[in-house]
Amino acid sequence: MTQDWPLFEVFIRSRSGLEHKHVGSVHASDARMAIEHARDVYTRRQEGVSLWVVRSSDIMASDPAEADALFEPARDKVYRHPTFYAIPDEVKNL
Amino acid sequence: MYTQALDSLGKDCLPAGSTQGSALEARFQARVDADEKIEPKDWMPDAYRQTLIRQISQHAHSEIVGMLPEGNWITRAPTLRRKAVLIAKVQDEGGHGMYLYSAAETLGISRQQMIEQLLAGTAKYSSIFNYPTLTWADVGAVGWLVDGAAIMNQIPICRCSYGPYARAMVRICREESFHQRQGFEIMLALARGSAEQRQMAQDALNRWWWPSIMMFGPSDTQSKHTAQSMRWKIKRFTNDELRQKFIDITAPQAEFLGLKIPDPQLHRDEGSEHYRFGTIDWSEFQAVLQGNGPCNRERLEARRHAHAEGGWVREAAAAHAEKQRARAAQAA
Repeated sequence: MTQDWPLFEVFIRSRSGLEHKHVGSVHASDARMAIEHARDVYTRRQEGVSLWVVRSSDIMASDPAEADALFEPARDKVYRHPTFYAIPDEVKNL
Repeated sequence: MYTQALDSLGKDCLPAGSTQGSALEARFQARVDADEKIEPKDWMPDAYRQTLIRQISQHAHSEIVGMLPEGNWITRAPTLRRKAVLIAKVQDEGGHGMYLYSAAETLGISRQQMIEQLLAGTAKYSSIFNYPTLTWADVGAVGWLVDGAAIMNQIPICRCSYGPYARAMVRICREESFHQRQGFEIMLALARGSAEQRQMAQDALNRWWWPSIMMFGPSDTQSKHTAQSMRWKIKRFTNDELRQKFIDITAPQAEFLGLKIPDPQLHRDEGSEHYRFGTIDWSEFQAVLQGNGPCNRERLEARRHAHAEGGWVREAAAAHAEKQRARAAQAA
């Protein structure tokens, strides 16, 4: 048997105004075919108005083992949220 | 689903030394216990990975082989409406197979390996698809009972601990409910039709009932994998629990159709409000699983034939893509 066609990750914009969201993957010989396969596999019920396909091998993902190093530093910076600041009730429009 | 990224996570992602391994395993179990989802690049015990690969690929194969018994009736559907519906349903099953293959690939098995296992006859798929669809009423019975049993099995998997499998199942369950309703509608039309049509519906129920309730798998006392799968939250209910639930909701539906479930011992137990049912012939289930059902050979033959017939298309597309790539490289 010959090799699998390359794998593409599929992203769908469900309606205009919304962002594209990852939904799954398809195999295809090239990007054009990946769009066609994604259309057949992931949009049989009008799930989207636009498709992106990206070669899976081109995606660089963060390492779960580094999740703390990457994301933990934001945890104690509550002053980045508006609710951190105490403002008297009488003050309006703030 | 970042399948290929997994290639870099070989056995080396398992630290040497059993103490470290079991610490990782304890942390993994704690995450599962806390209802956290496990994602492709996260550490997971090898047995968890292998269990999921086996289960998801079998599930995918079932969807693909499941296209055959119903596809058998597309050209002979009684009306254009029924035909359009049946085509849509069979196409959905193909789509479900694709979602599941792509979920399994995130665990490090290739699509090609899975297809090879199916075609070589070494992979299992749901025993139900080795029964023939003899009349149009079978299309109704398959939608009503087989898809009904599948939904009962699949809804809890939407909460499975493995993220890509759970997400695929959410998509599948959303699409599946039309399958069951269209099947029931076919049964209803026949049940309200002529005496001959009612007889057709009854005959289909007679043949599909027992195989359908066998779909939930061996009884809890016989099931080897249930306890571990439940600890890993791959499975949420036992086979017998799901079977009971299915029978409890299906028996009144049969009554509504005016059809008789082929089990003389089936009755509603007033005390528990559950339906009690007769003994399942597990030797039949084992025989079908081992390849001796009425259609095992025919199903695999059909898959092998389709795969071989598509060979030139796959080759041509790959050659075309290569030519385009070479041309683009030359132009650059």
